[in-house]
Amino acid sequence: MKLDINGQVREVDAPPEMPLLWVLRDIVGLTGTKFGCGMAQCGACTVHLDGKPVRACVTPVSSVGARKVTTIEGVSSDGSHPVQRAWAEADVVQCGYCQSGQIMTAVALLNKNAQPSDEDIDAAMSGNICRCGTYQRVREAIHLASRLTRGGK
Amino acid sequence: MKVSRRGFLQGTAATAAGLVIGFYVPQKARAAGPPKPVAPPPNAFLRIGTDDSVTVMIAHSEMGQGIWTGLAMLIAEELDCDWSKVRSEHAPAAPAYAHTGFGMQMTGGSTSTHSEFERYRTVGAQAKDMLVRAAAAKWKVAPGACRAEKGVITSGKNSAKFGELASAAMTLVPPAKVKLKDPKEWKIIGKPTRRIDTPEKITGKAQFGIDVSFPGLHTAVVARPPAFGAKLVKFDPAAALKVPGVVQVVPAGNGVAVVAKHFWAAKLGRDALVVEWSKPEGGGLDSAKQLADFREMAQKPGAIAVDKGKVEAALGAAKTKFTAVFDVPYLAHAPMEPLGATVKIDGDAVEIWTGTQMQTGEQMAAAMIAGTKPEKVTIHTPFLGGGFGRRATPTSDFVSEAVLIAKAAKLPVKTVWTREDDIRGGYYRPSYVHRVQVGVDANGFPTAWDHVIVGQSIGAGTPFEAFLVHKGIDHTSIEGVPESPYIQKATDVRVSLHSPRTPVPVLWWRSVGNTHTAFVMESIIDDLAAGANKDPLEYRLALLKGAPRHAAALKLAAEKAGWGTKPANGRARGLAVHESFGSIVAEVAEVSLDKGKIRVHAVTCAVDCGTAVNPLAVEAQVQGSVVYGLTAALYGKLTLQGGAVQESNFHDYPVLRMYEMPKVAVHIVPSNAKMGGIGEPATAPIAPAVANAVFALTKRRLRTLPLQLP
Repeated sequence: MKLDINGQVREVDAPPEMPLLWVLRDIVGLTGTKFGCGMAQCGACTVHLDGKPVRACVTPVSSVGARKVTTIEGVSSDGSHPVQRAWAEADVVQCGYCQSGQIMTAVALLNKNAQPSDEDIDAAMSGNICRCGTYQRVREAIHLASRLTRGGK
Repeated sequence: MKVSRRGFLQGTAATAAGLVIGFYVPQKARAAGPPKPVAPPPNAFLRIGTDDSVTVMIAHSEMGQGIWTGLAMLIAEELDCDWSKVRSEHAPAAPAYAHTGFGMQMTGGSTSTHSEFERYRTVGAQAKDMLVRAAAAKWKVAPGACRAEKGVITSGKNSAKFGELASAAMTLVPPAKVKLKDPKEWKIIGKPTRRIDTPEKITGKAQFGIDVSFPGLHTAVVARPPAFGAKLVKFDPAAALKVPGVVQVVPAGNGVAVVAKHFWAAKLGRDALVVEWSKPEGGGLDSAKQLADFREMAQKPGAIAVDKGKVEAALGAAKTKFTAVFDVPYLAHAPMEPLGATVKIDGDAVEIWTGTQMQTGEQMAAAMIAGTKPEKVTIHTPFLGGGFGRRATPTSDFVSEAVLIAKAAKLPVKTVWTREDDIRGGYYRPSYVHRVQVGVDANGFPTAWDHVIVGQSIGAGTPFEAFLVHKGIDHTSIEGVPESPYIQKATDVRVSLHSPRTPVPVLWWRSVGNTHTAFVMESIIDDLAAGANKDPLEYRLALLKGAPRHAAALKLAAEKAGWGTKPANGRARGLAVHESFGSIVAEVAEVSLDKGKIRVHAVTCAVDCGTAVNPLAVEAQVQGSVVYGLTAALYGKLTLQGGAVQESNFHDYPVLRMYEMPKVAVHIVPSNAKMGGIGEPATAPIAPAVANAVFALTKRRLRTLPLQLP
């Protein structure tokens, strides 16, 4: 089957029920998307399908169809996306394992809502678990990314 | 991680030219003449490339605590290099990188910064000295006439970048002695410094153990016993082998591994596998029965840790006696990156990639299983997707298993644990019961203290037993009680311990024994304050007259939290202060109840850790520890029935999420005290701070974790 991943169409040979997560990681070789729970509980595997955040660990690859897949590698490889810049500025990461998923969810939130309130952030980000406990800086970084985006910086 | 042997060698060779600093023993170095300028020796701590790059080899595992940044700061401080040119790498497993206190290469006990404070600064100073001497020789001036700043050495009109001098510096003998900077001269230490590993962690490029991949590597998912104490009887691989992509099914210790071309096939193969397990002896452990047994045991003293005065007589004579029983359950660490290890065996050479906190232990265990020498085992440490103690198993559980599988399958293999495997796989914070009897004087202060602790020893039965257990006392079971400043003035004190053995493997869990002792001590003190009709802060300060650091931290946290002012309607505050790993942390929690559920709105922390090398990292570690501790305080609980853990994933082993995140304020107490740790000490005070706030709000005293109102 064909998959459009980060703007590149690839021919992928995988069983139809195989979750997109493992296609990305073990077949395509994009390992930035992480495995955390396998049941859409932790958000570490968050990717975008046509800009909407989904949990790749419970998304059968056959259900993707022509939708465009965006992974952390497609956000920017040099960290120049406003959300990534805000993440660096706020010094968010600790172990870093959940951060691809956190960033993917935050990017989707800001694309939909350029100036989210704390309540909006709670609603959007509560599906992403961080065991290091970076939540407070994630929140700061989302507000900062909102300012960076709106300020056009 | 696309790994090839060539790739690793390339990475080293590319920066081999230039200056490499290890820990030479100066006398030996002199006797042997100047060290040859060769490729990095296995004891290198620093490489300065001809391209001005400064690469710091980090002897401890980066698992989120920021040690790649903190140790690099120590070297950079003395080196006077350009911070923007500094990068860090994990050191390989080698004797030179052994922990300065523990004698083996490992990360734990919140020791990484203070145990390396001298060593890493010394390396930086040695390298600067050699660069300066190289510059002085080049310009024919005295070394004292040269100065280094931001990676450039100048003397009069002469100036050279470190990279230009690195090769010449490499031919010099490292100085036997160097003078380290006076703290007043520090430009980097003590300054909030952003992490060095952020660029790769925000772009998906960071390589964790689970990301290792190379041609020919297979993935294994393992069927492990469904209950602690169950043994593998037999298995039928037929159904698993029918799954497309599955290539082998091999026994691995007390489990069966399904080896496949990728994770998904291995997982389906394991699900299809038919395995027969024995029933655990005696039917297996039940949590409810264990709790009843532990409570029964707590009625009588155990092995004596402290025995001062005559506690029984003193309790009998006390006018007011107070008795309380506490219990805490087993807890899984649940790091975000599931466990696993990649193993490649080639003749007598073994190569391992794994997120471990204990390189030396893994190396020895792997050598034993593979039948080779430890020095033939290469350990690569990628980033650890969280550790919290789970990746520091004295028994090398998850690495040994992977070596067994690679050996049996005769293939390079990466094991990947599922979340269920992790939650049910053991190595938990042990469950504990405390029974405490206190006799108080006319002012309500403790004079007699009888404290019985019941719970499994972490050290017993492991290679660390001799180090951890003395005269029947595993210090990790009681730490935080005997040394509590609250009981130092009591005339009659007994602390004793029962350490029952069970088939459930247990382990250190972020802040170890303090996870339960701080909860117990700070809850009782709060009760005693209430019994004496005194303000919880004033009561504590009266007891902390001999503990000025505790008192200062507590006062600062209380002041910043607005202690003494009225909180918003429906809210109340509670406080706690606890010393662990050489640091003191006070926390004030502000809580309310939402339909009977505890909501924590704000946590104000004051921390005295001695010198705060990187205040930004201190803040992050305190915030993170509060979250980790709050998860345990509000939710953390594993339940065993018939030896089997009932919980399995984040839906029934919940963790704190964004919508529940309190505002955490972190205040660092200016301190000249001996440097303590920071990765763990803020974990323990949060449970009692919340419990004490709930008491202030409801007059209900919760003595069981997780905290739940009836």
